[in-house]
Amino acid sequence: MSNSVNINVQHMTRVEGHGNIIVNVTDGKVEKIEWQVPEAPRFFEAMVRGQSYKDIQTIVSRICGICSITHSLASTKAVENAMGIEVSEQADKMRVLMHYSEYLQSHVLHMGYLAVPDFFGEKSVVPLVAKATDAVKTIIRLHRLANEWSDLIAGRTTHPVTLIPGGMTKFPTELQLREQQQKLKDSIPDLKAVLNILLSVAENIPVFERETEYVSLKKDGMYTLYHGEITSTDYDGTVAISDWKTVTNEWVSDQSTAKWCKWNRPSYMVGALARFNNQADYLSPLAKDVAKAIGLEKGNANPYMITIAQLVECVHVIETSIQLIDELLTAGIKPEKIVTSPKAGKASGCVEAPRGILFHEYEFDSQGKCMNADICIPTGQNHASIQHDFDKLVPEILDEPEDAIRQKLEMLVRAYDPCISCSTHMLNVEFVK
Amino acid sequence: MSKPRIAVFDFACCEGCQLQIVNLEEEILDLLGGANIVQWREAMSEKSDEYDIAIIEGSITRPEDEARVKEIRSRAGVLVALGACATMGGINKLKNNFDLDDVKTYVYGKDAQKPHLATAMTKAVDEVVKVDFKVEGCPIDRKEFTYIVRCLLMGKTPEIPQYPVCVECKANGNPCLWEQGEVCLGPIIRAGCGARCPSNGHRCFGCRGYVDNPNVNAAKDVIEKYNLDIDTLKLKMSLFGSQQEPTIL
Repeated sequence: MSNSVNINVQHMTRVEGHGNIIVNVTDGKVEKIEWQVPEAPRFFEAMVRGQSYKDIQTIVSRICGICSITHSLASTKAVENAMGIEVSEQADKMRVLMHYSEYLQSHVLHMGYLAVPDFFGEKSVVPLVAKATDAVKTIIRLHRLANEWSDLIAGRTTHPVTLIPGGMTKFPTELQLREQQQKLKDSIPDLKAVLNILLSVAENIPVFERETEYVSLKKDGMYTLYHGEITSTDYDGTVAISDWKTVTNEWVSDQSTAKWCKWNRPSYMVGALARFNNQADYLSPLAKDVAKAIGLEKGNANPYMITIAQLVECVHVIETSIQLIDELLTAGIKPEKIVTSPKAGKASGCVEAPRGILFHEYEFDSQGKCMNADICIPTGQNHASIQHDFDKLVPEILDEPEDAIRQKLEMLVRAYDPCISCSTHMLNVEFVK
Repeated sequence: MSKPRIAVFDFACCEGCQLQIVNLEEEILDLLGGANIVQWREAMSEKSDEYDIAIIEGSITRPEDEARVKEIRSRAGVLVALGACATMGGINKLKNNFDLDDVKTYVYGKDAQKPHLATAMTKAVDEVVKVDFKVEGCPIDRKEFTYIVRCLLMGKTPEIPQYPVCVECKANGNPCLWEQGEVCLGPIIRAGCGARCPSNGHRCFGCRGYVDNPNVNAAKDVIEKYNLDIDTLKLKMSLFGSQQEPTIL
């Protein structure tokens, strides 16, 4: 049995942002297992002070390139809540459609380009082009579909331009929506192909379990990513969005100087698996079939299955969007003239980012000038969960070669789909030489 | 002749510009036909420090990052700044409008003085090392990126528009957003984006930087005509134009 392990992965690859993994084991004794984040901090909450309520989404969407739509939506909801600005049902539905397009883009990017190469034993998607050409082509088709979908609703793939407090600057035409709906219907065989790809490499998904608290949005009768209040597997009922800080409870642990989050246990998980564990009963029919085909059941405690839960959500957002477009077309698209006036106030906004629940909070003066801001990012909420997974996993796999241990730890971090650029505003990491 | 080797590096940013390269989908493979990508942390685990062309995304915000970008410059024959954070500091330069200690304390409270949270004034890449080519925008335009890389691989100098966004906006037949009470930066910002934001009903916020010799003071007359105040214009110009010429007197 190998008794000494030294793993030091600096600037881990195929994740958004910079992260390090440190494991030191000497003579079978674990001396250190750490998940570190050395990303350059960017200070968004400080930077938005003094800016107009109309420009908040333009600034904070730049927190993250992959989930820019999500940041825009959460901040816009917060602005609207702070000023009592109403949004029409049509604009609300269009925003959900915009949000879902980002889900597909982000999940396909994560599954196809970042996580799945590990299941094939490859270091990136590049060698897969020759080894699994059809699989890569399928992934590319779905990724392009998602991007064109975002382009149509958000005006752009990354950093949306149509979203403003009160509604949207522009809606797609009914013809464009109908064409988009057809493309979504046509993509279902590709989703089934991705399922088959994942089934073909399913034995390479590591077997590991650590049951924890799973936190997500909740709204009765639906699998929600956008509406509702906060819940968890440990909490009966829901917490209002305005009380989000009673959920996140950021704290500095003795073991690590990183700020962690905890609610009813020492850590909790957010993201696709957390949403699935809370809401699986309300998935769309085909999404339920896909979950069943791949053996994902409510109560799953294997963090490596986050990637699988993302596939299930891809199917769900496509099926749900087809229906949503039907509803929009039935009602007919009506242009809206958005006029808002500023008001003093403070409020929060929340949506589920592809990688977990996201909170934004702002305070404005009577001129609509931003006075204070506070943002709590899903990856930040998951950091403690990643650390606790490491703590349980490493002793279980100490018999394996060092390379295999490193690979499993990297895959674990990747499974969480961390968005490290986002999360650094709340992380403190101390380096031990 | 062997294919040029390209390496992609990221500094302080959202990594959305790298994402636009990924979003080229199959076209990446065409581009790859003319080059070898030897290092790209966000997309690949393979890695080599031998490269001819370095593509830098993000702005420089810490002393250790200055050292890193200088090291990259010393290895690369050609250095390309990718996106607004790299070409002009981008949204990260908003930080420079505040006292740095205030910024740190505001976000991190009592932990603000921890060494890993050290931050310096945000710099564009060309404030630290020589930049050979710039791909403007937040995020970059995929077509423009492909065009610039193709030019580079063929040894040509890319032509970047010398006229403002208004030219492209008018060509798209959009109603002027100034007429709707919006403070749009189209008249002073470099075109090349196809006026994407105003074409979607959203004012231009200046992510491609100022056009050469912008007539900024003429904006004063426009501001008066539409009964808006100069402070509003200055605030809008701060989003992507903090600490950059020109400023309004």
